[in-house]
Amino acid sequence: MKAPTRNRPVSLADRQTALDRLEAMLLIRRFEEKCAELYSGGKIWGFLHLYIGEEAVAVGAMPAIRPEDAIVSTYREHGHALARGVPAGAIMAEMFGKANGCSRGRGGSMHLFDVSRRFYGGNAIVGGGLPLAVGLALADKLQQRPVVTVCLFGDGAVAEGEFHESLNLAALWQLPVLFLCENNLYAMGTALDRHQSQAKLHLKADGYGMEATAVDGMDVAAVEEEMGRAMDYVRTGKPLLLVAQTYRFRAHSMYDAELYRSKEEVEAWKKRDPILLWQARLRKLDWLRDEDLQALEARVAIQVQEAVEFAAAGAWEPVEQLLRDVTTPVQL
Amino acid sequence: MTKSTYREAIRAALHEALANNPRTILLGEDVGRYGGAFACSRGLLEEFGPERIRDTPLSESAFVGAGIGAALNGLRPIVEVMTVNFSLLALDQIVNNAATLRHMSGGQVSVPLVIRMATGAGRRLAAQHSHSWEVWYAHVPGLRVLAPATITDARYMLGAALRELDPVVIFEHAMLYPSEGELDKLPEDFNIDRAAVRRPGRDISLITYGGSLPKALAAAAELASAGIEAEVIDLRSLRPLDMPTVLASVARTHRAVIVDEGWRTCSLAAEISAGIMEGAFYDLDAPVARICSAEVPIPYAGHLEDAALPQPARIVAAVQEVLAHHE
Repeated sequence: MKAPTRNRPVSLADRQTALDRLEAMLLIRRFEEKCAELYSGGKIWGFLHLYIGEEAVAVGAMPAIRPEDAIVSTYREHGHALARGVPAGAIMAEMFGKANGCSRGRGGSMHLFDVSRRFYGGNAIVGGGLPLAVGLALADKLQQRPVVTVCLFGDGAVAEGEFHESLNLAALWQLPVLFLCENNLYAMGTALDRHQSQAKLHLKADGYGMEATAVDGMDVAAVEEEMGRAMDYVRTGKPLLLVAQTYRFRAHSMYDAELYRSKEEVEAWKKRDPILLWQARLRKLDWLRDEDLQALEARVAIQVQEAVEFAAAGAWEPVEQLLRDVTTPVQL
Repeated sequence: MTKSTYREAIRAALHEALANNPRTILLGEDVGRYGGAFACSRGLLEEFGPERIRDTPLSESAFVGAGIGAALNGLRPIVEVMTVNFSLLALDQIVNNAATLRHMSGGQVSVPLVIRMATGAGRRLAAQHSHSWEVWYAHVPGLRVLAPATITDARYMLGAALRELDPVVIFEHAMLYPSEGELDKLPEDFNIDRAAVRRPGRDISLITYGGSLPKALAAAAELASAGIEAEVIDLRSLRPLDMPTVLASVARTHRAVIVDEGWRTCSLAAEISAGIMEGAFYDLDAPVARICSAEVPIPYAGHLEDAALPQPARIVAAVQEVLAHHE
């Protein structure tokens, strides 16, 4: 992929931009920590797949995604939705199962939708979103809309037939899809080298004549830089596979025994915590002092608190409405 | 009225849909250069071009999913899955995306997608190419399922399906493609909600759909020569089922035989039978009977395949048995 390199990552263009990225990552982190607490408290049920550790991917990716671009996501999508600008309150209310949730309480944690932001949902069948992304891009192309569809998925999805079918189709039809793989090294509990014969995932694209690139997903500036180049390329009307190397710090869903990885491994990755890495970088530039961080944390805490209040205040969908939205009402 | 084959009627319907709406595209395996595995799309590539008539790789899940994505985003796609036998490779997309996205999103999206596929046995193609899985799809909330059994329905159901705002699966029985008959003009009261009485009769209701309709009509003709007037109901829509039409018929005839090419266990026939029990129990003079496929993977050998499927002679025998119940 040939595109001009910028001298300095956009995220480091100026102090305010750098602090914005930090705040965006902090919001995801604190929001999800609150989710975990509320799960234990019985306010959130079902599966809850936390993104903690992976925040730099969503936050680094999002600036290059324009409002008119489409996003297809996975069941680990709280961070994607927040970074896209889906209101935290609507997300939290969705997890509470309330009617003021972003999917009216019909989807929950794994199915956050906000079509007004072209956020076409968390898809909880691994790989299930990739064909949708191909179709969204096909429709945009045929209707001459100069936009991109960004399809997020994990390394587990790479083993699904739909990954291969979709990459082939997108390349064959030259569709503007950015396939953004968040490689957190585990398909649930199965390590990458135990589920992939070729663990360098970006190499898969070559079989489909597709460009690919890889990036350190713990470095928000690197992600933003690579994503900017990748999106420039996809905007020329061609698909691309971008693999972000990341790591989840928490269990696959809320609880698992984590028999599949060692504590030492997790601790080693936590030394590369994307938020701490970014803070250290900004401190070095003298862009972040303790009081700045406190101010950001305070702002984020308010947002999280307001989200919880919004969710708590929301109404339950009346059971009489159980069957709504199975089919589309005829508009007369 | 003009003569048409079922195949020509489908092709005319596709042509009309593409001509009427520039946002309608056709995608599927061999729909373009090959002209469709059943020749239903012959000539469409030449007329509408490769942007709208899109040959796909053998990637059922990806191209059905792409149809769903395109439907979410302003197009009105028609996806042809060559046959129901291959549709299981796309089943996840159909039941987990097409059928659920509206609900999971709290009503933010609709999936106006039509999926067509051939179905059924009778062509000596053995177990893997002879399935009748209409009931699997009819089981799923969020889908509408149609089974055109006549030339007129083959011609007009597609257009009606494309006016729907939600996903529609259309099953075309492979044995019907060469069948020829009168093609009516679009009936004024044409809809895809109602079952149709294909032959009126007072003695017994034969309830069927798709490729079994000609068999039920043949059985009814034979019964008529023996003085038994069977009413033949063509379900047309398999989800939702038009039970009022079925129940009204049973209320007249007091007896029912259901003819369904699916396997008997957990079949559409079972669903209809349960519906009759719930809605017309006191109208019945005899237990409902079901003529379904034998519980065996469909065999290759012709005599065995014929024995496995519903046939007019078995329908006639079942009718006589049900009528004998009260005599």
